[in-house]
Amino acid sequence: MNRGTIPIRPAHPQSGALEYISTKKDELVGWARKFSLFPYPFVTACCAMEFMAVSSTPYDTDRFGAALPRFSPRQSDLLMVVGTVTHKQAPVLVKVYEQMCEPKWVMAFGACATSGGFYQNYAALAGIDKIIPVDVYVPGCPPRPETVIDAIMQLQDRIARAHHPIITKTF
Amino acid sequence: MAAAIIDTLRRELSPDSAEPCLSHGTLVLTVPPAALLATARRLCSEFGFDLFLDVTAVDWPQRTPRFEVVYHFYSSVHHVRVRLKTAVPEAEPVVDSLCSLYGSAHFMERECHDMYGIVFRGNPDLRPILLYEGFVGHPLRKDYRKDHEQPLVSYRT
Repeated sequence: MNRGTIPIRPAHPQSGALEYISTKKDELVGWARKFSLFPYPFVTACCAMEFMAVSSTPYDTDRFGAALPRFSPRQSDLLMVVGTVTHKQAPVLVKVYEQMCEPKWVMAFGACATSGGFYQNYAALAGIDKIIPVDVYVPGCPPRPETVIDAIMQLQDRIARAHHPIITKTF
Repeated sequence: MAAAIIDTLRRELSPDSAEPCLSHGTLVLTVPPAALLATARRLCSEFGFDLFLDVTAVDWPQRTPRFEVVYHFYSSVHHVRVRLKTAVPEAEPVVDSLCSLYGSAHFMERECHDMYGIVFRGNPDLRPILLYEGFVGHPLRKDYRKDHEQPLVSYRT
């Protein structure tokens, strides 16, 4: 499936008419979900400046349907951990993650959230994947906005390809 | 004007043992722990040092006594800085609190207590301020291992 197209196929390609459409439930739900990411910015450090750059006009993550931050974890489905997380903050991060409804995804934004970055001491957590599962890692100190957009697109591909249970585990 | 106040401080506050020196325009005074509170009180009330800038410590593992507690004061009247040093032993790292002179001492002494384990006698609240409850040890001491972590959340397996 091409990125960005609606996953529908005309029943009679010769006629070109769209009397009805057929698609797969997972493709349709995945298509809807990948273009309506609501990020929760868990912003702790200097990567925040790059987060502001990537979400404002010149780079405009609204093109990917991922620009409207929700400041309640209950309304968001993408947790963006932007910056260094300390051991003192770790319980807060876990609480935010646990408050998010399924389906949810996590982006580790920058070197510190990915691995602890250049910190190795009593204070810093060496990567948020030690305490919560991470779907996409963004390298860089700080990352270029293009890197962040690439990560969003990779995550969108992953969401589009995923199984999306909406009633039971199998459907 | 600054030179005059520095000369006065040298004359008035310099203890017999240690020679005070001038470091980058800051007057450095070394006093025994017992004389610390009296010296700070004179700086505060007599000489117009109205701003308490910082208190921190230095760990010298090879020295006896091991810790040096360092205070910085600034006078907004004379525009002069004074550094006050005092040495305390590892067995009893206790100095008098400056809470009675400067309100800002409350938080700065808590931080110094977090990081170096210096006990400030007279500070009513020495709970952790930057560290968390349950943290064992003092991370800016030289014998605290740099890769020693004390996580609050159990790691995923």
